Amino acid sequence: MDDTSKKLVEIQHLKQYFPVAGSSILSRTYVKAVDDVSFFIRKGQTLGLVGESGCGKTTTGRTLLQLYEPTAGRIIYDGNVIFDSGNVPLYDENGKPVLDGEGKPVLGKKTKVNMLPYRRKMQIVFQDPYASLDPRMTVGDIVGEAIDIHKLASSKAERRDKIITMLERVGLNSEHANRYPHEFSGGQRQRVGIARALAVDPEFIVCDEPISALDVSIQAQVINMLEDLQREFGLTYLFIAHDLSVVKHISTKIGVMYLGKLVEMADSYELTFHSCHPYTRSLISAIPIADPITSRNSKRIVLQGDIPSPVNPPSGCHFRTRCPYADKLCAEAEPKWGKVGEGHWCACHHLDRVD
Amino acid sequence: MSEHLVDIKNERLSFFTPAGEVKALNDVSLYLEDGEVLGIVGESGSGKSVTSYSIMGITADPGRIIGGTVEFNGHHIEKLSEKEMRKIRGKEVSMIFQDPMTSLNPVYTIGNQIEEAILLHTDKSKAEARERAVELLRLVGINEPEKRIKQYPHELSGGMRQRVMIAIALACEPKLLIADEPTTALDVTIQAQILELIMELKEKLGMAVILITHDLGIVSSMCDRIAVMYAGKVIECGSTDDIFYTPKHEYTRGLLRSVPRLDEKESQRLVAIEGTPVDMLNPPAGCPFAPRCPKCMKICLREMPPYTYFSDIHYSACWLNQKEEFENAGKEES
Amino acid sequence: MDIKKNFLSLQLKADDFIPATEEEKQSLVIMRESVGFWKDGLRRLVKNKVAMVSLVFIVIIMFFSFVVPSFYPYSYEQQQKGAENLFPMKYSANELQRIEEGEKVFPHFLGTDKLGRDYAVRVMVGSRISLTVGLVAAVIILVIGSLYGSIAAFFGGWVDIIMMRIVDIIYTIPDVLLIVLLSFALKAPLKALSATQGFKWIGVVGPNLVSIFIVFALLYWVGMARIVRSQVLVLRESEYVTAARALGANNSRIVRKHLLTNCIGTLIVTTTLQIPSSIFTESYLSFLGLGVAVPLPSLGSLASSAINGMNTYPYLLIAPAVLISLIILSFNLFGDGLRDAFDPKMKK
Repeated sequence: MDDTSKKLVEIQHLKQYFPVAGSSILSRTYVKAVDDVSFFIRKGQTLGLVGESGCGKTTTGRTLLQLYEPTAGRIIYDGNVIFDSGNVPLYDENGKPVLDGEGKPVLGKKTKVNMLPYRRKMQIVFQDPYASLDPRMTVGDIVGEAIDIHKLASSKAERRDKIITMLERVGLNSEHANRYPHEFSGGQRQRVGIARALAVDPEFIVCDEPISALDVSIQAQVINMLEDLQREFGLTYLFIAHDLSVVKHISTKIGVMYLGKLVEMADSYELTFHSCHPYTRSLISAIPIADPITSRNSKRIVLQGDIPSPVNPPSGCHFRTRCPYADKLCAEAEPKWGKVGEGHWCACHHLDRVD
Repeated sequence: MSEHLVDIKNERLSFFTPAGEVKALNDVSLYLEDGEVLGIVGESGSGKSVTSYSIMGITADPGRIIGGTVEFNGHHIEKLSEKEMRKIRGKEVSMIFQDPMTSLNPVYTIGNQIEEAILLHTDKSKAEARERAVELLRLVGINEPEKRIKQYPHELSGGMRQRVMIAIALACEPKLLIADEPTTALDVTIQAQILELIMELKEKLGMAVILITHDLGIVSSMCDRIAVMYAGKVIECGSTDDIFYTPKHEYTRGLLRSVPRLDEKESQRLVAIEGTPVDMLNPPAGCPFAPRCPKCMKICLREMPPYTYFSDIHYSACWLNQKEEFENAGKEES
Repeated sequence: MDIKKNFLSLQLKADDFIPATEEEKQSLVIMRESVGFWKDGLRRLVKNKVAMVSLVFIVIIMFFSFVVPSFYPYSYEQQQKGAENLFPMKYSANELQRIEEGEKVFPHFLGTDKLGRDYAVRVMVGSRISLTVGLVAAVIILVIGSLYGSIAAFFGGWVDIIMMRIVDIIYTIPDVLLIVLLSFALKAPLKALSATQGFKWIGVVGPNLVSIFIVFALLYWVGMARIVRSQVLVLRESEYVTAARALGANNSRIVRKHLLTNCIGTLIVTTTLQIPSSIFTESYLSFLGLGVAVPLPSLGSLASSAINGMNTYPYLLIAPAVLISLIILSFNLFGDGLRDAFDPKMKK
């Protein structure tokens, strides 16, 4: 794909901290759900975010859409800064920090725009097709809600036509418009969820685990549909999932998250076949392959231990408690996000030792 | 008396709901040998859990076995009373579930819960049971078992809880372990740990395992034989290699094609199975897969296909296989 | 051999093996008839025998208390000289004489009380008062409780904390004490108010009844507020509300289109279940002499005044007491039926 197409979405040093439920109001403790994550997505491409539960991938997607107010960081959409907490350095087009006369980094201006116009450009598809559709609304009204909010139809007939167009675009028909969500199967509901996101003609869609609640035989339908829609309308996706094989299939680039931080990011081929971070490697090796001979012959790296609680992550490198290469340095210092190849970034102290 | 450990023959089980009869199991036959690992693959509502629950003698409320026999270890399960069943459950056959949080009682320590399982089926003293509980926790790979035994379920992580569930299931060294989606609620790296543990324990204790899952990757590495279920019917059954390399049912083929593989170099478009799952309240008259089948024939719409045998253990219910037989028979005659 | 048997029994033909057309395949997929939320719930409700019997009973009671008294030959305050303390179906000397003269005299089904008032009509009017109190109180509680609860839940944070602490405080106030205090404190101002034009009705229903309503308005909405709050708290976090936010919906739209419509089931059920408890409260207050003003009867005050002659005239006590129980029971059972039908999540 085209590596020179413009950056459509970019986040810089995004942080999202949530107060821990039950912690006292006076001395709040925080979960660092997303902790200093930066990436960009080029127009028409798909960035996949993978990681295990509690790694912050879903929160990243939702914060990016400002469904939560970010704790800190900058969000840029199509060249416009739509959020800036005012305490992160500015960057030029090449990704170098902008410096002032004394060589100190210049900080961005505090910004928070009205999101309503951007809601037409950035949309989201949810994981749970049961919980994400209002059970009291007909499918037509669910898809039509965006049309009502943004006043995209001037008459009832036009609204109806638009709804039917959207339903047909996702493989449903006009007969389905008057039915309620509970009458549909999981796969059909997910199609309704996608039709709702498409109703505003968006450019960018966050797909938040769109297939993990679906039956295996339905997953491929939805993946194919997402790919077709991307091709037809030039959509840009942020595809969030815990299943690396699906993410690898659909994504141009993949970012791997662990306890609120990005640990590795590369083109999807590069990441699956030439990963550097020990976590990415064990993640890849842990995925069972649907082929008896391959899986009999492959040696798995089984990670020991559990994922630490995100409320109280380990010091230094968050992965060190489960990492076979961990030493004193990993406990003391946080590894730097460094370039290891063309478009391949990784945060690990011991890249030289990971063979 | 059957020579198999588990022998289900023509089981029919229906749920009588207010909206009508749901034929959850429609003429299901399955068997399992001692020490064998059988994978049951299927989507939600295919009857994979219901089948294995009936080996435990558990049928959820509006459900009733309305035909066929379920034999396990010499017992005719479908004829046993609840009281007799309780003696078998936990002792000869145990089960682990998808969600380790809801299957552990939050108000007892994990030690209490393991001991309870031991005391229920053996005449061990309390002290002996405690000792055995520690031993079991060590067996399932929990470090510092003496300390853990005093903890409550909420103090453990999901993977740990599943290990405790396994320890409880293995308390009386059952002949059969039923694992119902044991790793669906767990993360991939934890899933790998649990699967490895189940295989290790199976070797150590020599028990048979029924592994229920929707993940083809998991069955490919763990199972000796696989049964594929669709809409309350076993549509194909065979050795793991049979199912993966010479599938004979269009649904099995479709499933294998529709899963993206991590080890493929180029991303190819997935081949999806079109259509939606069967509405179990209004199943089609013929083959339940017919409306979604790319090679559907006239007869598939009318008649349920019979099984065609390709070897002693590999069989499938599809009219396409019968078509070959039919054509061959026709050629011989002429 | 299995195969051969099948061949014989099924008589396969070569035609059977030609591919089926797309239409033939699709004809197998029948989508069930579309069922909306209300229709579905109604269907479940109609199937519930206990709820339907209760509903019929409620309708009958309503008919007798709101419609029948208006054309009943006796009125509730009409005293008949010489007809005091009649047993059921008995006539006074005066009436017997009229019957002999060929006049038709409407019987006293439940006899008369010690002032010679027909007891049957008094019981009917009494249940009218009780039902009115129940219904009006339920509406007051519904409006105040749901508004309060949803505001607390929707805004959350400090607003929620302060508003719910107020609820906790109200919970700790003993209600009977407050009613006694209020009815004393409000007596004078309400009397003064009833003298002014447009507020005459206060005098008719009695200041006590009005203060009961005020107490309901002040105290009993807290339960409703808590239920609504917890419901809205859950709904607010639901994915479809997040989806609506992502589409750009503002707060008012989310409340109107998503939160309210999804609360309605709970609101109806809780309100219906509130009616019997309000009726009960009114009855025991009237029984204690804190309810409606004489000569207006309510089921509680009827029972209270019947206590004195309990041994001689037990039916004077039994009639209102049984009616109270039946009204409360049928509203409760009907409410349970509604809950099972419209709010299956609340079951258990």
